[in-house]
This record gives sequence, structure tokens and C-alpha cells, in this order.
Amino acid sequence: MTIADQVTGSTIADAAGAKPRAAASAITLPAIGERELRLDLFRGLALWLIFIDHLPTSLLTWFTIRNYGFSDATEIFIFISGYTAAFVYGRAMLESGFVIATARILRRVWQIYVAHVFLFTIFLAEISYVATSFENPLYTEEMGIMDFLKQPDVTIVQALLLRFRPVNMDVLPLYIVLMLALPLILWSMKWKPDVTLGLSVALYVVTWEYDLYFSAYPNGFWAFNPLAWQLLFVFGAWCALGGARRMSRILASPVTMWIAVAYLVAAFYVTLTWYVPQLGHLMPKRIEQWMYPIDKTDLDVLRFTHFVALAALTVRFLPRDWPGLRSRWLRPLILCGQHSLEIFCLGVFLAFAGHFILAEVSGGPAMHALISLSGILIMWGVAWVISWYKRVADKSGAKTKNAVGNADLAGGG
Amino acid sequence: MKARVLLSLILLCGGLAAPSARADDAASAAPAAPAACELPSYLLTSESQLPRVADAVKAGKPLEILVVGSRSTTIPASENSSYPARMEAVLKDKLPPPEVVHVSVEIQSKKTAEETASTFVKLMEAKRPTLVIWQTGTVDAIRSIDPDEFRGAVTEGVAALQSAGADVVLMNLQYSPRTETMISAQPFLDNMRVVAQEHDIPLFDRFAIMRQWNDQGQFDLFSPSRGPELAKQVHDCLGRALAQFVIDAAHLGPAQQQN
Repeated sequence: MTIADQVTGSTIADAAGAKPRAAASAITLPAIGERELRLDLFRGLALWLIFIDHLPTSLLTWFTIRNYGFSDATEIFIFISGYTAAFVYGRAMLESGFVIATARILRRVWQIYVAHVFLFTIFLAEISYVATSFENPLYTEEMGIMDFLKQPDVTIVQALLLRFRPVNMDVLPLYIVLMLALPLILWSMKWKPDVTLGLSVALYVVTWEYDLYFSAYPNGFWAFNPLAWQLLFVFGAWCALGGARRMSRILASPVTMWIAVAYLVAAFYVTLTWYVPQLGHLMPKRIEQWMYPIDKTDLDVLRFTHFVALAALTVRFLPRDWPGLRSRWLRPLILCGQHSLEIFCLGVFLAFAGHFILAEVSGGPAMHALISLSGILIMWGVAWVISWYKRVADKSGAKTKNAVGNADLAGGG
Repeated sequence: MKARVLLSLILLCGGLAAPSARADDAASAAPAAPAACELPSYLLTSESQLPRVADAVKAGKPLEILVVGSRSTTIPASENSSYPARMEAVLKDKLPPPEVVHVSVEIQSKKTAEETASTFVKLMEAKRPTLVIWQTGTVDAIRSIDPDEFRGAVTEGVAALQSAGADVVLMNLQYSPRTETMISAQPFLDNMRVVAQEHDIPLFDRFAIMRQWNDQGQFDLFSPSRGPELAKQVHDCLGRALAQFVIDAAHLGPAQQQN
């Protein structure tokens, strides 16, 4: 069964199930039509890239987009999550009202939260192992990171409150907060989409101006500031709820294209100077001082615009009906993108496991490549199993399920 | 069937592990050999300069170097093998004989950049060094201090050191692959680079250097070994690299000295 079968199959099933209100399922949203495979494709890609970025640097790391410009997979992930969440729950809000939609969103938030706690448990196991087995005198100072194990009571409670978040576990808490805000965002979007986007921009500006942040435990702040990153999420939601269509003329204009290309080339050049320091002196000091640091925590404007430029070019050169989207070669990516919460968590876990193997067995480049490759294969395999299971479960669950919609399409998490 | 798959997997892993194990042996067989310390030249050079060091050496004054660091500045129970001591030895060796080089070390363990910087005025009054090598960032990364605050603290510290009349070299974190999943070093590396650029001072990129050694197989930094051998070798190489870096940034190389 190909992706195409799957999509058309489920569309028909949905349409048949919710006959009188054919629009009840997000998949048959009249404005968008069937499932947007480009979203799945790029979300899948983002998941793979996040996995590779979480492993120690290797040859494969050079294929991840963060080496070619300012933005990275996180931007893609958050934008698409905003887009799909608005797509599904926006429809739910129109059809079933604010309360029902909110309840469904909260259910999704709970799932993400549980996933986060699960990953934290694995992290605890890993760090405890390292703490007890690794005593290289070269790194006595770095082992200070284990100090929190001395008071697990505080640490674990703080982790449950999302205030203690180890490295590489920052995306899900950000996503939880954004999803919690989603009912409000959608409610406001229903009223006036442009004003909502304006408010989001205002919040972003205020965050930068007054340096607002979410505090973390034991000190510091959230590595992804939700007050800044909401801009990308809301922008995604705005695009999903008609913004993209209204922008289509701007997107189709060659002027936009050339601006985007010029910006991407400039960004590429700047990133090149990070890796080829010999180029550094060709970079005017003025520009360097104005530009650096390019802040990931608060979603630097340079990062945001870089993502927008990438997205503009993608939309232009990759039409929604591009036949390649149905090719079997892209199927693994699309499958992963369709089950993003599960595959994201799996990716974080596999990155932990990969580190572990590299540390315990061998750190050679061959092993590294093997781990990256098997990680991606495992992600694909699990995504396949999940869709197989969903298909089977949907068949036996029959039509009553349709009204609930597809959490994966919505979730993104 | 299952057993056979497992066995072949184990064999595969063993086969992959073997080359890196051999690289290990080579490194420990020749502990003092600079071959293990080899680095591409861009990691050892800086566009920024050390004018006060250059002047002191030209005028034949003693070269007082102060290393301000943390626990990773030293090796527990082997002070003489730590990188400041190794740097001193190499500098004494490389600079012409009448030159007096003296390196002192100030360890501020478990202190953030901000806490360390607040001690600089007094420290500089007491020691009056020509060159301060300020190694920082690790404690801030472990405690995930706000990178903006960190940058502010490093900026203030550098300003205090400079206004007390010293040249400054910044040194960033160690590359620590074992704790890579637990300590987020990148924002701190980035911000130290920014401060170095803004103040036009040399940055000794310890992180990139150690990663280079690990990636090239010169050292296996994943090693869980409890003995001090690996630490000693790495510090020896760091000391050599640092001495080379200072000589280069102050233009004290043989070619420059002839002029």
C-alpha cells in the first residue's frame, strides 16, 4: 500500500463517516483538501536532522541545514507544528466549539507531557550511569553536572514542573507551552487572524525589548524561550488558516524569490566563515558586531527570516502536487513526519543510546556512521509499525473514531 | 538464528572497535611526542595581538603570566603536569635564554565568570602580570547561566584586566564528549568568541583543539580511565599549544625576533 492509497483511503473513510458534516474531519478541510504531504515530508526531515544534530558531530552532521544558514530543524518543526495544530484544532473549534476543542488540545498536551517525563527518566538513568562509572581525572570539573543527583527530590519535582530540563530536552517543554496557548490563539484567530499575528509579533518585540524569559531550575532560563518562539508557531497557525493563500501572490513574485535567494546566500557565506576561519577577515567588523550573537534562545530575527526565506523558496519550487511526494524514496521521511511525537521521542532516546554506544564500545567514524544510519532506519521502522497499527485499529474502531480526528496530524509534537 | 545474528553483530562491533583501540596504543606509546599534539595552524594563530607581552620581551623584562582558571586548569594530584606548568616549561625553552618567564595560577573553582571577574581588581593589584590567560565558561555552562549575563561578565572581566595593564587571552571550555548530552557548551563558546572579537583579544579555542584531537584519534577523550595518564598527555599538548599561541600572537617567533 502506498502513501497515496493511504491518504485517499482515509479521506474517503472520513468523508463517509461524517457524511452530513463532511468537513468535520480536518483532512477534508475544503480549503486545503487532502493531507498536505509536504508538511509531513519536511517534518520528517526535521526529525531526522534533530536526531543527527543530537549525536556528536560527524560527517553526517554536515548534511544538516544548520551548517548552511542561521535557522535549523527546530524552526521547521515548530512552524509545521503550529500549522498542523491550527489546521486540525481550528476546524474542531469551528465545528464543536471552544470547550470541546480546548479539551482535545489539553489531551494532546498531556500526551506530550508524559512523553517528556518518559525521556527524562531515560536521561536520569544515563546520567546516573555516567556518574558512577566515569572517573577520568581530565574531566573532574565537568562532572559537577552530576551535583543535582545529590538532591533528587528537588530535581525530580522541578523536572515535573518543566523547570529542570537537561540538554536536548528543550523542544517538548516549548511545545507543551505553545499547545497550552493554542486555544487562546485559535479563539483569537477565529476573530481576526491578522490581529492575532500582530499581537504575536508584539509579544515577540516586547520579549526582546524587556528581556522576558521563563526561569529554569537550578538557575538560568528556558533554552527555547516560548515567549519568542510563539511567533513561529502563531505564524504557522496563521498560514494554515488562510494566511498562506492570501500571501500566495507575494510568494509567487520573482522579487520575493530573489530577495530570499540573496538572503540565503548571504547567510550561507556567514556560516562559511564559522567553519573556514581564514575567510573571517573578509567579514566587515561592523557587520559582525551588529549581527552576533545570533540568539537561538529568543529566536533571533535573523533566524526567523532565514526560515521564512527557506519556506518561501520551498513553496515556490515544490508544488503541493509534485509527483515526487508519492515516490517510495520519500516515503520513509513522510511516514516519520506523520507520527512526529512518537518519532521525536524515539529520536531523542536514540541519540542518548547512540552517545552511550559511542562511549562504551567505540568512537570511530565507522561506528558513528553505523549508529546514525541505524537510528534513522529504526525511526522509519517504528513509524511504519505505528501507521500499520493505526490502520488496523482504525479498521476495527470503525466510524466512531472519525469525529475525534487524527492526533498525529494535529500534534506535531 | 537469533544467536547467529547476535554473534555477527558482536563481531561487527569488535571489528569497528579495533582500529580506534590501535590508535589509542599509538598515543600512549609516545607520551611526550609532539606528534600526538599536532594541530592545524588555524587553531594556533590569532589575528589579535599581545602588544604588552611583545614589549616586555623586547625590553628584556621578565614575563609574568597569570592563568586564571577553574578545576580543569589542573590535574588532581599532579600540578606539575597541568597545562600552565607545561606552558611555562615550553616558553622557557623557546624564548631566548635571558628571558625570565614566570607563570602563576589562580584557581577559582566552582565560580562563574561573574564571580571570578569581581575578584580581578584585587588580583591584579597583587600579581601585576603582563599577560592574563583567563579560562572560563565551564561552571557557567554547568549551571546554565543566561548567556547574555555570561557575556556581560566576561566583557567586564576583560575590561578590568586590560585597564589594570595586562594583555588578555581568553580560553574556552574543554571538549568533553561524555558530558555532551548533559552540558550545553555552544552558547558559552559563541559568547566568548563574541567578546574576544569585540575586544580584539586572542581566543585560545581549547574546545575546538580537544575536539580535533579526539576526532583525529590522537586522544580518546571518551576513555573512562581513572589514571592520570591521559590527562597528563592532554595537558602537555595543551601547554605546548598555548605556548605556541602566545608566541605567535605576541610575534615572538624566531623570524620576528631577528628584526
